[in-house]
Order: sequence, then structure tokens, then C-alpha cells
Amino acid sequence: MSQDAPKTPWWNDQGNRAILYQVLVVGAVVLVGWYLISNTLANLAARNIATGFGFLGREAGFAIGESPIAFDPADSYAKAILVGLLNTLIVAVLGVALSTVIGTIVGIARLSGNWLVARLATLYVETLRNIPVLLQLLFWYALITEGLPAARQAFNPLPGVFLSNRGLKLPTPDWGGTEWAVLAALLLSVLGAMLLARWARRRQAETGQSFPSGWAGLGLILSLPLLVWLLGGAPVAMQVPELKGFNFEGGTTVSPEFAALLTGLTLYTASFIAEIVRSGILAVSPGQTEAALALGLRRGQVLRLVVLPQALRVIIPPLTSQYLNLTKNSSLAVAIGYPDLVSVSNTTINQTGQAIEGVALLMAVYLAVSLGISVFMNWYDKKTALVGR
Amino acid sequence: MTIQDPKTASEIASHVEEPSQAELKAPRRSALMALGWARENLFSSAPNTLLTVLAVALLVWAVPPLLDWVLLKATFLGADPQACRDAGGACWSFIEVKHRFILFGLYPHDEHWRPLLAMGLFLSAIAISCDPRFWNLRILAVWGAALPLCGLLMWGGLFGLSFVGNDKWGGLPLTLILATLGIVLAFPLSVLLALGRRSDMPAIRAICVGYIETVRGVPLVSVLFMASIMFPLFLPEGMTIDKLLRAQLGIMLFTAAYLAEAVRGGLQALPKGQYEAADALGLSYWQKMGLIILPQALRLVIPPIVNQFISCFKDTSLVIIIGLYDLLTTAKTALSDPLWRPFYIESYVFAAFIYFLFCFFMSRYSQYLEKRLNAGLKR
Repeated sequence: MSQDAPKTPWWNDQGNRAILYQVLVVGAVVLVGWYLISNTLANLAARNIATGFGFLGREAGFAIGESPIAFDPADSYAKAILVGLLNTLIVAVLGVALSTVIGTIVGIARLSGNWLVARLATLYVETLRNIPVLLQLLFWYALITEGLPAARQAFNPLPGVFLSNRGLKLPTPDWGGTEWAVLAALLLSVLGAMLLARWARRRQAETGQSFPSGWAGLGLILSLPLLVWLLGGAPVAMQVPELKGFNFEGGTTVSPEFAALLTGLTLYTASFIAEIVRSGILAVSPGQTEAALALGLRRGQVLRLVVLPQALRVIIPPLTSQYLNLTKNSSLAVAIGYPDLVSVSNTTINQTGQAIEGVALLMAVYLAVSLGISVFMNWYDKKTALVGR
Repeated sequence: MTIQDPKTASEIASHVEEPSQAELKAPRRSALMALGWARENLFSSAPNTLLTVLAVALLVWAVPPLLDWVLLKATFLGADPQACRDAGGACWSFIEVKHRFILFGLYPHDEHWRPLLAMGLFLSAIAISCDPRFWNLRILAVWGAALPLCGLLMWGGLFGLSFVGNDKWGGLPLTLILATLGIVLAFPLSVLLALGRRSDMPAIRAICVGYIETVRGVPLVSVLFMASIMFPLFLPEGMTIDKLLRAQLGIMLFTAAYLAEAVRGGLQALPKGQYEAADALGLSYWQKMGLIILPQALRLVIPPIVNQFISCFKDTSLVIIIGLYDLLTTAKTALSDPLWRPFYIESYVFAAFIYFLFCFFMSRYSQYLEKRLNAGLKR
């Protein structure tokens, strides 16, 4: 540097300017925020609306149509919102699982060499993804509540199963506690099968010896619950829904709202997942398949060991955003009256008048759920990502 | 199930060095050819044959009743509800009776030519925007002329047109307005947000990331709730804000976050040399962005913007929840007439068909664009 280089004046220094700009922008944001908040506070004071989250502890005073945990109108608003959240999560989890299965099948079907199957899958995808999901929900809801017969003329496709405009009625096992033991055994055996598969994979990687972990796992999953059932005295009693008056009693109910919501969300999201799966499989170069076939792998093995692991890397990021979309779209339940988080929050807002707290709580919960899904899917993505040396 | 090779003959041919006439002439169709085609595409193996049989069974099960309902047993013009119910098929006279309401909502019946004309203008403006020759400042002139004209037609109050308040607007024009203005107004905001997210200044980046991720993490329903319940509280005493405007603002704020991510994709896709070259020329930040970076980046993100428009178009149906009369709401409200209540399928199919037409053609356009924009990259 020569000594007489012109000195940059401080107001032209890039670092100083950056600080100035940031102070200005943050100042503007704070100013606008302060203006809005002061207006809001003035409005709330003028309308005599209380602030704060104190209302959460008060008695809710409204009933909720369906709830996984016992809920009584005398319970608090906080519990009502929890019930709403649980209902949202149930729809989201089932919807994600079902739409992944349907979407994968349709996506593979679109690539099928069978002309007819490919055309049908294309028809499915193009139709469903170009119609708003809310319209589809309203359509399914109308179809169930108006199109299905009344409880007295319910369809009876299987003994004990009734389909009417009151929803789907299913018989439940009435085994005096044994059903829970069987369920626990089932979960335990699934876990065992997963551990077995992991052990078999590791052993094969180390020693080259293969182990039929698929068959062994299947045997475990089938035999353990059966064994528990037999030990429990092999009960067969079922609680069958019975027609009493205008509705059924006993058994489990899948309500029309839940059925419509789950059907609509699943079929809509599956059409997007199908496209993602298709593009993921197309992204794996045909050379990979050819090389795997040349190594002597069977068709099924090629798909499972070579194509899918590579396709998954392309599939998972967009799949994550579809899962997030499905979860967020479950908020449309409010339009057909399923008591999800939005619907319960809406009732709460209407009763307490505390719109700001209600909407803030709603957004915070959705943000937390979205974040949870993102974190899980990112972890899974990392796990399946290409490991470089 | 076998997986089709993605490379078609013409794609392979395009990799051949010299321009060759490698495309074979399509062979003449004959009964024998059809048989060969069927054998290759439907009955190539035992599982394939089984699939074909299953698909045919599905078609045999589904198509005849559907055809019966749509055409053979359907009633068309002039039938009353009783005649419809007796026939047992679709009641298309429902559409005949209710189409004005479904398409235009509560807009005064004698003035329906106005929203129709406004819609025509809107669609022409959209069609012009699809032409790459208008992807410059000329597009501003098109919209600058179209929007005031549409506003004049819809509101009236001048030149002898009677005034129609926007609480009376409804149906397809409302859906089009909400979706198009949602994108058009969100666009400048989304460019600023995307630039902010890529900025070196930590405070600005934090604000932009916070906004984008918050909005993308919550459902549109909650944003619309916020718009309809909370916006009135934000304003000083005595100032009110119209219901339609609130919904429009909510949709705009929501769309801006998604668009910003699309624009950021374009900014990231540009090679670094473009940024460095602009810096080397001594351009200021806004000169660099306005003259070098954005003109290239925005071209790249036109297909994602069209896709965003499609989902915005579908999402406008959510305004049913805050009580605006968009296309879906009118289709649902048309059913509240006790005479026509049983014909919900016809009503929803009609609305679904309109949504489908728009979304299908826009998605085709987006695919065409992607091919066109990638044409320079493919050899």
C-alpha cells in the first residue's frame, strides 16, 4: 500500500454502511410492530377484551364430537386444545402412511410397461392433483353423509361391519384385557424383527453369510401374538355394533368427518407423492439397473438393493414437503366439522374473544409440528445420503 | 412390474452427432400391428397379463355405471328436480338453473356481463403474460391497463355503470382476482425477501428467514384466520378494512413466503462468476441485482412461479372458511336450495371441472416452459 492512498471516509466504508442499513431495517420493523401492537392494545382496551393466556385454565363448556382421550365440557380450554392437537396428529400420521403407500404404488404404476395400467395411473394423478383439496373434502363428506343410506338400511359388507351415513361401524374384540397383551406382543415382535434384520445385515456385511431375516421376521410377527392369544385362553368374544333406534351402539365408529378428511387428504397427497416417486426412479440411470442385472441380481433385488436406495435420495426432500403439506392441509377439517386443532381453536376464540392468543397458539403448535417432521425427515435423509470417504 | 426405459428413440437420436434423419417413419397400422402392440404392451409376461386383466376388470366395473350416470340416464335441459330423481342419473339441468349463481355469486343478475367481460380481460392479460415476448417491462403496461379496467367493470359507478360493492362479488371472477392479485402483489415482496435471505447482513437475513420459515410452517387457514380476526385489531380506532381486502392481504403474505423460496432457488442457480463480474465492474448492490442478477435469475424461476400460481389458484378455495363467495362457496351454497339439495355431485363436479381446466392447462404450460428453458442446456 502506498502511503498517500485516499482514505475512505467512514460513511463510505462498507462495514459501517452495512451496520447502518441493518439498524434502519430493524428500526423500521420494530416501529411497525410497535405501532400495530399499540393499536391492538388500544382496541382491546376499548372492547373490554382480556389479554394473556389465563383463559386456558378455565372451563371450556363445549363438547367435542370425537376424542382419543376422555373429554368433558367441564374440562379446561387447554385440554380441549390438546384433544384438537391429538385429532390433528391422528389424521396426519394415518394420512402420511396411507398416502405414501398409495403414492408409491401409483408412481410405479405410471412407469409400468403395461400400457393400460400406466394410463390409469396417469388419469388418477392428473385428475386429483388439479382439483383443490378442499373441494375434494367437501365432495367426500357430502358423498358419505348424503349418498350413503341411513343407519336402518346400512350396508353390511361383512358380518358386524356397517356402513351408513353415520359412518363406519366396526366390531371390537371384547377379550377382557387379553387384546392389550396381544397388541403389546405384536409391537414387541415387530421391534424384534427389525433388530433381527439389522443383525442379519451386519453379519452379512462382515462375514458374507446370509440369513433369511425376512421369513424369520414374518414368522416372529405372526407367531408371538398368536402364542399370547392362545395363552390368554383364545378368547373370541366380539362386541358387535347393534342397531338401536336410529343409530348403532357398541363397537368402534369411524365418523363421517374423519373418513372424509382422511380419504380426501390421502388421495390428494398420494397424487403428488406418485409424481415424486416416479421422478425419483427415473433419476436413477438405467446403467445401474443393467449393471445390477449383469451381476446376477433378480428383478426384485435390483429394485430393493440398487434402484430404491438411490431413488430415495432424490425422493426424500420433496416427500418431506408433501408430508408437511398434508399435516397443514389437515387444518381444512374445520370446513367439514372434524374437531381438529383449528376447529377447536376457532371455537375457543369465538367463546373467549381472545383472538390474538388463540391464533398465536395455533400457529405455534403448527410450527412445532412442522419443525418436528422436518427434523425427523432430515435425520432420515442424512441416514440415506451418499456416504463419501 | 417392469420399469420402462425413459429414453425414447427420438431422445437417443438427439444424441447422435450429426443431424440425421434417424426418425423412422411410423409404420402402417394394421390389425396385425395392433396385435403385436397389445402383445408387447399388455401381455408381455404372466404378471403383466394379470395386471391387464385386473385393470380391465376395474374398467368394466366402473365405466358402465359412470357412463349411465353421466349420459345415458342423465337429464339435460329443462328438467325439474322430480324428473331428475325419476331418471336416476346426473341432473345436468341443475347446472342450467344454477350456473349463473355458481359462476358469479351474488353479483346483480342483470349486470353479469360485467364480471364476464372483466374475466375475459383478466384471462387475456394472463394469456399475454404467458408469451415470452412480454417478459420485460411491457408486462407492466399490460397489467397496468387490464387491472383498472377490470376494477371499473366490477365496481362500476362511472360512465353510467351502476355501483356494485365488492361484498357482492363472487364466483369465478373472485377466485381469479384472489389468485392473480395474490401472485402479482406477492412478487415484489418475495424478491425482497429472497434477496434478504441471501444477504450478508445478519440482522436482515434473520428477519427474512424468520418470516419465510414461520409462514411456511403454518397452514393457510391460520393465516386467513389471522387476516380476518386480527387485522381489524391492528388498525387505529375508526379505521376498518374490507373483508375481501383482508383475505387478499392474507393470501398475498402467505404466497410471498413460498415465492421467495422459488426466487432464492433462481438466485442460487446462477453461477458465481455473474456476481463476481458485476462486482468487478464496480456496480453498486442494486445495480448488480437489477441489471445483472435478477433478469437472469427470474427467467430461471418462471416455471416454479407458474406452479406457485397453480397452487395459489387452488388455495383460494379456502376463503370459504372466512365466508367469501368464491367458486367453491357458490357451488356449495347453490345446494342450500331445498329443491336441488340432492344434486351435490353435479355441483361439485361442475366446480371441479372449472378448477381442473385452469390447473391442467397451467401445469402443461409450465412443463412446456421447462422444456423450452432447458433447450439451451440440452444438446
